[in-house]
Order: sequence, then structure tokens, then C-alpha cells
Amino acid sequence: MEILDSGVGPMLQPPDLDSLRELNRRKPKTLIDKRMSEAEAITRFLHDGDYIGTELYGTVRCPMSLVSEIIRQGRKNLRVAGQGVLELDMLIGAGAVQAMDLTYMGLEVYGVSNCLRREVESGRLSPVVEWSNAGMAWRFKAAAMGVPFLPVRSMLGSDTLKYSSAKVVRDPFTGQPVCLLPALILDVGLIHVHRADIHGNAQVDGITGFCVEMARASKRLIISTERIVPTDEIRAHPDRTIIPYYLVDAVVEAPFGSHPGEMAYDYERDEDQIREWVEASKTPETTRAYLDKYIQSVKDHAAYRQRIGEARLKALADAVPTAGGRRS
Amino acid sequence: MTGPAYNSTELLICSAARLMEDGATAFIGTGIPMLAAMLAQRMQAPNLVAVFEFGGTGAVLEELPRAVGERRTFHRALSATGICEVVEAAQRGFIEYGFLGGAQIDAYGNLNTTTIGDHDRPKVRLPGSGGGNDVGSLCWRTIAIMRHDKQRFVPQVDFVTTPGYLSGPGAREAAGLPRGTGPYRVVTNLSVLGYHPQTSRMQVLALQPGATLDGVIENTGFELSVADRVEQAAPPSDEELRILRDEIDKDRFYI
Repeated sequence: MEILDSGVGPMLQPPDLDSLRELNRRKPKTLIDKRMSEAEAITRFLHDGDYIGTELYGTVRCPMSLVSEIIRQGRKNLRVAGQGVLELDMLIGAGAVQAMDLTYMGLEVYGVSNCLRREVESGRLSPVVEWSNAGMAWRFKAAAMGVPFLPVRSMLGSDTLKYSSAKVVRDPFTGQPVCLLPALILDVGLIHVHRADIHGNAQVDGITGFCVEMARASKRLIISTERIVPTDEIRAHPDRTIIPYYLVDAVVEAPFGSHPGEMAYDYERDEDQIREWVEASKTPETTRAYLDKYIQSVKDHAAYRQRIGEARLKALADAVPTAGGRRS
Repeated sequence: MTGPAYNSTELLICSAARLMEDGATAFIGTGIPMLAAMLAQRMQAPNLVAVFEFGGTGAVLEELPRAVGERRTFHRALSATGICEVVEAAQRGFIEYGFLGGAQIDAYGNLNTTTIGDHDRPKVRLPGSGGGNDVGSLCWRTIAIMRHDKQRFVPQVDFVTTPGYLSGPGAREAAGLPRGTGPYRVVTNLSVLGYHPQTSRMQVLALQPGATLDGVIENTGFELSVADRVEQAAPPSDEELRILRDEIDKDRFYI
């Protein structure tokens, strides 16, 4: 294939498909109990320098209890698949991120990310390699398919492509230029779901973002879940299982695990708490103070829930309208 | 003389909403596009199909979403899937309109949401493409919503996050982007702009209430072409403002 153009961005995580296959061959296929705490999951599966990804969209279904534990344990030099709002912002604010493949890091309605600006403009967080949202999701999809790259028609002609590590080739079948996105295999994927059993069979209500693809693109996959349910409940609705157990290394029960983000049908996002973070993130000192108050000085997610207050969390759950329906 | 009875955000929302046709599909991002889609559904386009990037298609937009993936983006929707499904639908040609915004736009509608200054050591690090590049690459017609000033309307964007017509006619197709796609309108607080069919450069189609052609040209950092007949855009109607304020954004989250 004729290469027409190559992005100048470094490949932060070159895909090694055969190693992924070998790893997947060794993963247990029997139904074992994978429950553990956030602390144990992060200690065992997520190390300094790892390439990690969180699956969420905006402030929805954020694996906040897991990310908080990463910060609590002081992980450093992480490389990150950058698509996020709160959780990534806090990781960056904590100085845990060294380099990023980045598609979107901002605060949505609250504007640009103060933490990202500080870290990137100072040169501390580098390199930053650019992608589009679908570009990143399709990179996971390539890995999920077990293939080295996917041809797509996005990103072409732009500086987003120029500063990525994608390539433009001449399609050998049609002669048209087409963008090739390299597969992205995470060392660790972090996904928060509505329910899972002790083996890791996981179900999500509402839209699924890119969790289907990312779960399959992760060498190690940590699932946090609002509820642990009996396997019989999973078996009653197997069509709903979008992450099967064999992909999963750890299952962490984390009620309100997305707080201050939301969980469709379960609880609304906590606007006041999000605003508190947005304000705090404006200077390094107040960022540290926030992270200390809500992460470093609380020992685990249960203690965090206490700090926020059960009554306040209940109010967020009560604020979800029942209309619109949910399938249990 | 009193000022207009609406603010510039309300003006942008109303102008964008009027561009929506009934029965069309539209890729809706956070902020003004959400309000514009809701307003369009309550005015001329009750069957506008709102498509949200992370998986919601055909939601009934009863309540204003606050984020691009939250529950209101798939409230009583026709399907709730994921980003690949939705963007692949755009890649197959199913999505007519896409909304975009940015820190900078040039005469060809190229948009920057990535960096001001050098990419590797930027003066300002912006959020990045997000879904912008996908929308600008794959939707049939894109509508940019911008405040109109020389800092934003620049001769050359610092970074082409999202492709407009790139360097001019034929450049999108030469780059491999789908045939027949590209920028369609720019809605600003001063004007509504389109693109010249031969040169692919931005041109003034209509003036917003109170704006003058000179004012538009003064606030644009590149040479604008001007349509043969420049229309006068109607101000937001009482009905549009009532719906916006009393129904769509009662909490004044955006307006």
C-alpha cells in the first residue's frame, strides 16, 4: 500500500496483537470470584508507567472510585487514552499523567480544563498526540477485533491527523486516500457499570459509549459496579451482558462510584460538587486541597461517600425521574 | 432607544434552530446546539432526529441535556447504542447536519479547538477535537456557531482540528473525505454566513438585527465575499424567546 501521509505523533502504545492473544489465552475461563476492593485492584493491576484508559462520556458513568484510588496510591508517569472530563482532570491535576493520546479533555459546559492547560502549557505533560473521539473508539475497536489497524474516513486532511500517529494510504481496492488508525491496546482499562456478578459479567443501562470496544482492548480490565448481582440475574438477561466475565480481572463494588458524575436511571450528577471541583482546579494549591480533602485524606470509597453524606447521595438518586423507564 | 430584548446566546440559538428542517438528522453537541435542536423541535421541525455522539438516537428532548452523554440525550429515544454505531452511521451518510464550534475559524471553515500557538508547547491548550473532527469529516452539512470577532475569524487557524474546505475547492475530496460533504453555514451574533459555490470561501448571506455589513467585515480577519442579496435576519420572536426561557432552559443553565 502506498503511504500518502504519516502523522508525526509518537506511537505511545504500539499494538502487540500476538502478546494480547497469549495473555488472553492465559486468562481464566472458569467462573472465579474476582471481587476485591479498589485498593487491591489498583495495587495488583495498575502500575507506574502503565498505559490506561477510562470509559465514560462527559460526567456519565465515570469510574471515579477507581481513579481516586489511583491518585491515593500515588501512581505516576501514566500514559492515558485521553477522553474525559472529571476523572482525567483529577488524574492530570494530581500530576499522575506523563503523556496522552488526546481526543477531548475539557469541562464541557464549564469550559476548558485548567489542569490540562497548566500541565501541557508548562511542558510537564508531553507528548500530547491528537485524535478524534471516533478515532479513539475505532482504535479500541481494531484492538477488540484483534487486527492491527482500521481504515476510516475521518481525520483526513486535518492537523488532528498530522499530530496523531495515524497514516494515510491509498486504498489498494479503490485508489482513494483512506486513514489507517492503529489498534490501541490498554495495559489497564477502567469501566464503571450498573451491575455485574462476582465473576465480572457486566451490564450497562442506557447508552454504552465505547465500553464494548474498550473492554475488549484492555490487557487488564477493572470493573467497578453499582451493584453486585447474583449470576442467576445475569443469566436471566444474558442479552444484556456487554462485558463477559473472561475479559475481567477485578470486580469492585462501588455504589455511587461515578459521583460527582451520574449513572443513568440510578442517580443524577452532583452539580454543586462538580462546580466545587471546577473552582478548585483553577490553581495548583486549590487543586491539591480538593484532592486532599476528597481523596488523599479519605481511606476508601465508603469513607468518601460518608464525606459527601448519604443524605446528599440519596437526594441525587431520588432526583431521577421514573418516567422513561428502565429495564431491570 | 433600548437594547434588544434578548441576549447574544439567545440570538445564536434561534438562528441555528431556524436552519433545521423537519425530518432531518442532526448530530447534536453540548451547549447551544442542544438548545437549538430543542427549539427547532418545538417550532418548525417537530420530527428533527437528534443524534448524540455517545449513542442516543431520536430522543424526545423534553428536558435540556447538560452533557453530551447524559440520560436526557436518550430519553425515550428510539435507540441507545454507542459511539461507533452513531459515527459509523455518519460515515455511511445517514447524518445530514452537524454542529461545530471553535476558538478559531478561517475563510474555508476550517476550525481550531486544539491549540493556540505551537502544538507541542502551546500558548493555550484547548480541549482537542472531541467529536468535532468526525462531525466535520462525515456529516453532509456542518453549521458552525461562533461569536464574531477578529480573534476568532482569522486568516489562518493555528491548528486545523476539524476540516472545512481545507485549502479550497476539491481539497476535501483530494484528502479522501466523503464526496459532497462540508461546511454549510456559520451562525454568529452579527451575521449568517455561507460558502461561495465556486471558491468555497465564506460569504455573508444575512445580517443579524442591528448589525451592519461594515461591522461584519471589520470583525472578520480575512476577506469575506458578500452574497448578491444580503438578507436581514429576523430577531428572535416572542414565541421563540418564550419557549427558550419558559420551557427549554428554565434554570438558565446556558442562557
